[in-house]
Amino acid sequence: MPAPEYRLGIDVGGTNTDAVIMDPADRVIAKAKVPCTPDITGGITRAIDSVLHAPGADPLRISHVMLGTTHATNAVLERRNLRRVAVIRIGGPATLSVRPMFGWPGDLTAAISVGTTIVEGGIEFDGRDMSPLDTDTIARFLGRVGGSAEGIVITSVFAPVSPRHELLAAEVVKRELGEIHVSLSHEIGSIGLLERENATILNGALAGVARDVAEAMRAALAAHHLQPTRFFAQNDGTLMGLDHALRYPVLTIGSGPANSVRGAAFLTGSSDSLVIDVGGTSTDVGVLVNGFPRESSQGVEIGGIRTNFRMPDLVTIALGGGSVISSSPQGALIGPRSVGYLLEQEALVFGGSTPTLTDSAVAAGRSVLGRGKPSRRHRRLLAEALTRADVMLAEAIDRVKTSKEDRALVAVGGGSILVPDRIPGISEVIRPEHFDTANAVGAAIASVSGQVDRIFHVGEAGRRAVLDEASDEARERAVAAGADPGTVQIVELEEIPLAYLTSPSLRIRAKAVGTLGGRPEQHLHADLAQQARVAERADQTDPTSPPATAS
Amino acid sequence: MKRLLDPDALRALARGCAVLGAGGGGDSYVALLQVLQATEDFGPVPLVDLDELPDDALIMPCGGIGAPTVTIEKFENGDEGARLREHLQFMTGHRVAALMAAEIGAGNGVLPVTWAARLGLPVVDADGMGRSFPEVPMVTMNLAGISPCPAVMTDERGNMAVFRTISGHWAERLERAAAVEFGGAASSTEFSLTAAQARGATVRNSVSKAIRIGEALAGATASPVAALIAELDAFQLVTGKVLDVERHTTSGFVHGSVVIEGLREDSGRLIRLELQNENLVALERGRVLASVPDLITVLDSETAEAILTETIRYGQRVTVIAFACDPVWRTERGIDVAGPRAFGYDFDYLPVEELARARA
Repeated sequence: MPAPEYRLGIDVGGTNTDAVIMDPADRVIAKAKVPCTPDITGGITRAIDSVLHAPGADPLRISHVMLGTTHATNAVLERRNLRRVAVIRIGGPATLSVRPMFGWPGDLTAAISVGTTIVEGGIEFDGRDMSPLDTDTIARFLGRVGGSAEGIVITSVFAPVSPRHELLAAEVVKRELGEIHVSLSHEIGSIGLLERENATILNGALAGVARDVAEAMRAALAAHHLQPTRFFAQNDGTLMGLDHALRYPVLTIGSGPANSVRGAAFLTGSSDSLVIDVGGTSTDVGVLVNGFPRESSQGVEIGGIRTNFRMPDLVTIALGGGSVISSSPQGALIGPRSVGYLLEQEALVFGGSTPTLTDSAVAAGRSVLGRGKPSRRHRRLLAEALTRADVMLAEAIDRVKTSKEDRALVAVGGGSILVPDRIPGISEVIRPEHFDTANAVGAAIASVSGQVDRIFHVGEAGRRAVLDEASDEARERAVAAGADPGTVQIVELEEIPLAYLTSPSLRIRAKAVGTLGGRPEQHLHADLAQQARVAERADQTDPTSPPATAS
Repeated sequence: MKRLLDPDALRALARGCAVLGAGGGGDSYVALLQVLQATEDFGPVPLVDLDELPDDALIMPCGGIGAPTVTIEKFENGDEGARLREHLQFMTGHRVAALMAAEIGAGNGVLPVTWAARLGLPVVDADGMGRSFPEVPMVTMNLAGISPCPAVMTDERGNMAVFRTISGHWAERLERAAAVEFGGAASSTEFSLTAAQARGATVRNSVSKAIRIGEALAGATASPVAALIAELDAFQLVTGKVLDVERHTTSGFVHGSVVIEGLREDSGRLIRLELQNENLVALERGRVLASVPDLITVLDSETAEAILTETIRYGQRVTVIAFACDPVWRTERGIDVAGPRAFGYDFDYLPVEELARARA
């Protein structure tokens, strides 16, 4: 099975779109950084054009392209380009006490929903039917709203225990409406009905955004006669195939910060240091654990909507290379305004008239940029601002640290020239080559993961057997997502017993990661095989055996 | 009437109940959405003092029974409270005048307000624990000698079960088994009583207290943890990070321990929490820092949100606080029912403030 040849990594940030080409030996051989455009596609097209023309690039050998972006989050925040969906919850008469989308901002609901319903059906925690699935009511609901829906969102109670009612409902949708985008909650989130349902609704709404990004990427590559296999980066910094990303775009929503942390790990070979990513407007500080970003312990909110996604656990402050410095009676003030991608026109060192933190860094000799040191007139203000920035950075770093021992800090991002060499609690500051495009490098690192998070029943085979079952399932999912089976390893295995039940049940979270392998066309087949396997599981009409009686 | 529970008060109530849950009592996020929807649809709920009710007014203590992990997935229909009331009225021949949380801790402190909204009934400013405990008989009504029966259970479908048991212990055993058959979670009422009885058999003003806690957290500007400690008169046991979490199940209860490594001013210290659904005991090098029936709550160091025993994870940065339980739990009978020995520990209960004084 041939390893990937050259890989093209793209990261669409808030200020810039970055691209890198990496060779089979994982060396960065070309890179580009272009300002973002209001429509995401222009930035992607220009970044691809620019990196393919960079010296050293050999476009024809590019076999894989990987893209990470925070664009989906922005689409939700700005209510832009969202699809309208019909929402079906399976679980009545339970769960009627909180209707779908209750508590959402009214304008977001109006932008997304064409109607919601709760029908009878759903799964018990032990795998039995709560009640038979009411397919007639689903069909009637679809008849009423189907004409105005661009997607259907289906969430069943305890779908993470068994997806069979969601899959049956999806068949009804297919029968009634034909080909339409369908989001099934068991593919998206874990235990926690409302959070999973929220994430699944956002998924349906983002399907158009994902298609636009994928199309922009395809067109830009086709213009260079390239047809590499396309991947998207997801929340944990690993990759998923294009088909999967188009069906489940919400899983890419946290990929921006994850890419930087992964890129920092890769560029330094470090697997357990702190990472600081200083951009034009803001700074993220995160922690590497075994080469991956440490995840938040709670689900995150996206545009005010609670989900159960785990995202990189970051401290973010409004401080970047483009942060504007102003003077006040209390001394220098930093930001929150940033000159953003206009840095090279507006900053003092580039001949502009706006004092920025980049000017402070240059004045202090931390970097050599533009036309040289700013004039004396600004020196005091710039120095004061830098002292203040150093304190802010040190505080942010201290907040993510969990031990008192000194740790190494990897500094990446275009604004990381701000980061001083000596910081309290930091043993050394590592500044890798290509630090300014670490996020695109992170996207291009070829690792693929598979995750499981559901409830297992500890039968006679015992706890070990269900832990193995969960691990095997995570491994299979990683392979289905495109991982080379020989490289797949379990990187996380967590078990949580369910309280107050007389039958022993465990919630198990397992995550497997491997490196990208296999021929491109196999990824598609693997994805189909994965769907077939899930469908097969759903066909087992005899559910998990009923719980043991009380001891 | 003390006040109407409007959305702001309900948000504060949910946060406060989570703190009073001492690590147990289930998720309060779903409970908050339920009560916000119910009061939006049916109007706000009056909070009344027991002194405002006639002596013979029947009070229905109620809440959810079962696994918190089930209720974040399969939560209530909303009509459970109406069915419990109907059956209780049928069994006792008296009209229910008000609802009360059997336990103020976490989701169970909020759920009765949802039912009250739909029934058009008030809730009383009291509960049966002043915190969360894992078992049905661990309530102040039991200490006062009130019968748990008739105990009534229902599920979201409309199934009903009535229990006439010889003791609270038997109510616990039978209801626990029934909850599994209902699908891992159900709704129940036990220990119904009159207002006159309740005045001496409940933890009073606990709903107001939970709201005050929530308001203190919402109003805190600099350090939410410090604001909470001031509000509760609590003792900070340690601030640090979770180093190890170990859990196992025995006959329906999750037992386990959590080790917290001190950071900053507590650097070098190791604190061990022992838990059975709730946090039971805090130990440092074999020495007890606090124990049941006093409350031990683990807070997120940054936001002061309470962390449940089911969601605590390695690496979390936490602050552990302990504070005094209601005085009724410090009586001989209270310590018998919910002191360290009731949970299988071989040491005598000492109040958290005495333990703190001894360390100083």
